[in-house]
Amino acid sequence: MADTPTVPPAPAKKTNRLGLEVAPYRGGRTTLCAGCGHNAISERIVESFWEMGVDGSQVIKLSGIGCSSKSPAYFLGTSHGFNAVHGRMPSVATGAILANKTLIAIGVSGDGDTGAIGIGQFVHLMRRNVPMIYIIEDNGCYGLTKGQFSPTADVGSTLKNGVVNDLPPLDTCVMAIELGATFVARSFSGDKKQLSAILKAAIAHRGTAMIDVLSPCVTFNDHSGSTKSYAYVKEHDEVLGEISFVPFFDDIAVEYEPGTTKEVTLHDGSRLYLKKVAEEYDPTDKLKALRVLHETARRGEYATGVLYVEPDRDDFTTLLNTIDEPLATLPLDKVRPPKAALDEIMESLR
Amino acid sequence: MPVPNAAVQETAIGPSPHRVVNDFSIQVATVNGSGSQTANLVLIRSIFQMGVPVSGKNMFPSNIAGLPTWYTIRASKDGYIGRKKEIDVLVAMNPETAKEDVLSLESGAAVIYDEPLNLKALRADLLFYPVPFDKLVAPVCPDAKLRRLVRNMIYDGVLSCLLKIDMAQMEKALRKQFGKKAKAVELNLGALTAGYGYAEANLPKQDPFYIEPMDQTAGKILIEGNAAAALGCMMAGVTVVAWYPITPSSSLPETLIDYMRKYRTDKETGKATFAIVQAEDEIASIGMVLGAGWAGARAMTSTAGPGVSLMSEFAGLAYYAEVPGVVFDIQRVGPSTGLPTRTAQGDILTTAVVSHGDTKHILLLPASVGECYSMAMDAFDLAEQFQTLVFVMSDLDLGMNTWMSDPFEYPTRPLSRGKLLDAETLERLGTEWGRYRDVDGDGIPYRTIPGDGMPAYFARGSGHNERGQYSERPDDYQRNLERLARKFETAKRFVPQPEASEQEGAEIGIIAYGTSHFAVMESRDQLLSEYGVKTSYLRVRAYPFGDEVRAFVERHKRIYVVEQNRDAQMRSLLKIDLPADLASKYRSVLHFNGLPIDARSVTDDLLEQEGAKPAAPKKAVAFSGGLGGE
Repeated sequence: MADTPTVPPAPAKKTNRLGLEVAPYRGGRTTLCAGCGHNAISERIVESFWEMGVDGSQVIKLSGIGCSSKSPAYFLGTSHGFNAVHGRMPSVATGAILANKTLIAIGVSGDGDTGAIGIGQFVHLMRRNVPMIYIIEDNGCYGLTKGQFSPTADVGSTLKNGVVNDLPPLDTCVMAIELGATFVARSFSGDKKQLSAILKAAIAHRGTAMIDVLSPCVTFNDHSGSTKSYAYVKEHDEVLGEISFVPFFDDIAVEYEPGTTKEVTLHDGSRLYLKKVAEEYDPTDKLKALRVLHETARRGEYATGVLYVEPDRDDFTTLLNTIDEPLATLPLDKVRPPKAALDEIMESLR
Repeated sequence: MPVPNAAVQETAIGPSPHRVVNDFSIQVATVNGSGSQTANLVLIRSIFQMGVPVSGKNMFPSNIAGLPTWYTIRASKDGYIGRKKEIDVLVAMNPETAKEDVLSLESGAAVIYDEPLNLKALRADLLFYPVPFDKLVAPVCPDAKLRRLVRNMIYDGVLSCLLKIDMAQMEKALRKQFGKKAKAVELNLGALTAGYGYAEANLPKQDPFYIEPMDQTAGKILIEGNAAAALGCMMAGVTVVAWYPITPSSSLPETLIDYMRKYRTDKETGKATFAIVQAEDEIASIGMVLGAGWAGARAMTSTAGPGVSLMSEFAGLAYYAEVPGVVFDIQRVGPSTGLPTRTAQGDILTTAVVSHGDTKHILLLPASVGECYSMAMDAFDLAEQFQTLVFVMSDLDLGMNTWMSDPFEYPTRPLSRGKLLDAETLERLGTEWGRYRDVDGDGIPYRTIPGDGMPAYFARGSGHNERGQYSERPDDYQRNLERLARKFETAKRFVPQPEASEQEGAEIGIIAYGTSHFAVMESRDQLLSEYGVKTSYLRVRAYPFGDEVRAFVERHKRIYVVEQNRDAQMRSLLKIDLPADLASKYRSVLHFNGLPIDARSVTDDLLEQEGAKPAAPKKAVAFSGGLGGE
């Protein structure tokens, strides 16, 4: 008997605990610049929600206005999304969660969206401990309006025209910890491993998970000092310059060990110093967390990792003691008191 | 406050030979924070309990304590509950305003006053009743610290004796007011009795004003508009409330919190079927409403004009992304901070189109506490049916004053959740469904809500196509805007329709809305009975206007639009929405001094514009035709 030719089995497609492949966790095609750190963050969101086996139809994704706030369109295509007004996404998210606390909410904001017009709503989101993941895609500038300073821009950084920023940056992690967020982390868009781990922990957390992700702008940190500036590129690559303004950069990727500091050169030549918190770091110690943030900031470094966690504090819906079912879909008999109630009230007014 | 407008007459007057029964107004002038509200509520309630129609209006300053405040109670056997301009009985407790208050009275009015104020010398044509409040309060209230509060109850006692308000009803009202607080009941009852006793022994009746029992209030209730609206919201099944304190709207959510805690919380588990949040500002409150409405909840906020201004950006988002929500605007005087504690209908025009770009919003225009209740339910249904914000345009006069009303009916209709996509509809529509696609021709698309298992979509304030995808295509934008206009057109048939009352042969049509209604009703009676002028009346109850509004304008030669603002805002809206050839018919009766509009002002203004300057009204003298004309 002749040997039956064997066809090697097709490699099994990877599925998560819901039996889903990664595809449904993706969104539309990005319209952000090639190489934008925000796209890398979207990738990590796709991965982490897929790996955690979250049902996309039970997720809501929200944002404000700006480059960052476009990103919810680029992940979790089976989830309802809401692109709100500039800086006021926190209130919209709060309302949505109150309407249906069984949903998992992820909000994406930018450093301008959060730190400038949205700082008031940011403050109150944190202190309410609204159960949601709140990501700041932080690049220190306003991309969509062509590169003005944002409130997280560092002292001494410059605009393309040479204007120097002389105001100190807001540290959203310090603020979030002070204000009452119960999960505060900082990461870098290029650190796949760390960002994925943080996101997965954030999905599992019940309360506000605030994640500040440093995410370089490839287009507007593009000034004369940079070897990767548009001008430099144009000078060195005539063809590209004629075809398109869109830079060709790849996402920056870094990997480094806990406890170590990593120097990362950005597309424009400027450098970030990332300091990954050590493995023995205790993220439940609020004062320690603040101390680490202040100390690293003084050295010009960014402390990264999960900086603070307070797992046991009641989230906002627990405080309000709402019924277990979603308020949004309660039937009439649960939301309209009986006639006897109205009769009683009428009697008291006679 | 009261502008002195009465000539001081020299002739002294004596005891009145005639009787004015159940048809006069009482004004109590006190100092803000002096605790007079309790005494005033006991007073109004005891007259109400005697079966006499009443209304109460509180005119208070924008401060906590120390500034003048006035409370006016109108008893009207004919059931008129609008403001009456003239004060018949003044209780002058505030040294700061006493002189001006007295000078502004019409001849023949009665003045009960704190004796040391020595007001008697001011006018010879009034009837004065001095009362030594301090001397009377000391023995009935040994605790000196409480005297300031208890003192006010003395004027209730004096009024009871002078006006013949039944003391048993006073006591009943007082007990209702204080409930189980035995000490407060005892102290105040003492003061009430002391006032009555003093008046009986020392103040011979000289004025003509009497309260006599009637049977016009049986079964009726007394309630403020904001409380009525709160009740309506609860019965409408509201689940998410986000608000920020602002006068004169705060009492709406505050009352709602009380009701919801009592009637919408599980007694055993303590779990609530609602979430009420005091937001950090008006912007956050409307943002929460949008988030909740998008996620499928019946959500609301309440505010006043400055709040609407702040909410305008979100209002545009709600309009364009088609998110349901209810906003109560308890209007106060603007522009800017304006007069925070005075009334107006000054937000109509801005709210109808609030936000940038082409936006239009559904407005409901309650005129009574009953409509504050019923329109709250209409508002939630309409918001979901039309997937948009619905503004309920109440005002301070309606919201914060006490009104008599028939009791509210228990709602029988189910909640109307509008076009929520379900599996069956999705099956029927198939690929026809798109979040913003008009498949029924009424401009209203089908929506889905997060977690319902139906197709997801991305809500956004930027340009989008019928499938909800980002689009900057000119045809997508234009088609969407046209559909939104079609949706608004559809709303005409579903909003509360106007109410018309016509007199045969009337050339004059009056259009009014909201709290101007009561002044117009009374003015029409004055015009007819005193001047023989016939008028027809249409009360607009919503925007967009139903077709009946246009028909009414077409049927009449001249249209007087009566409203409480300077710029004739409703008239502008009529001009925008109705055919241009009708525009020449409109005239305006405008009232904008912060006080509620009154019938006499409407009558006088209308007659003057008709070319007939009103003389002092003469009963039974028919106006001799030839009125006005174009």
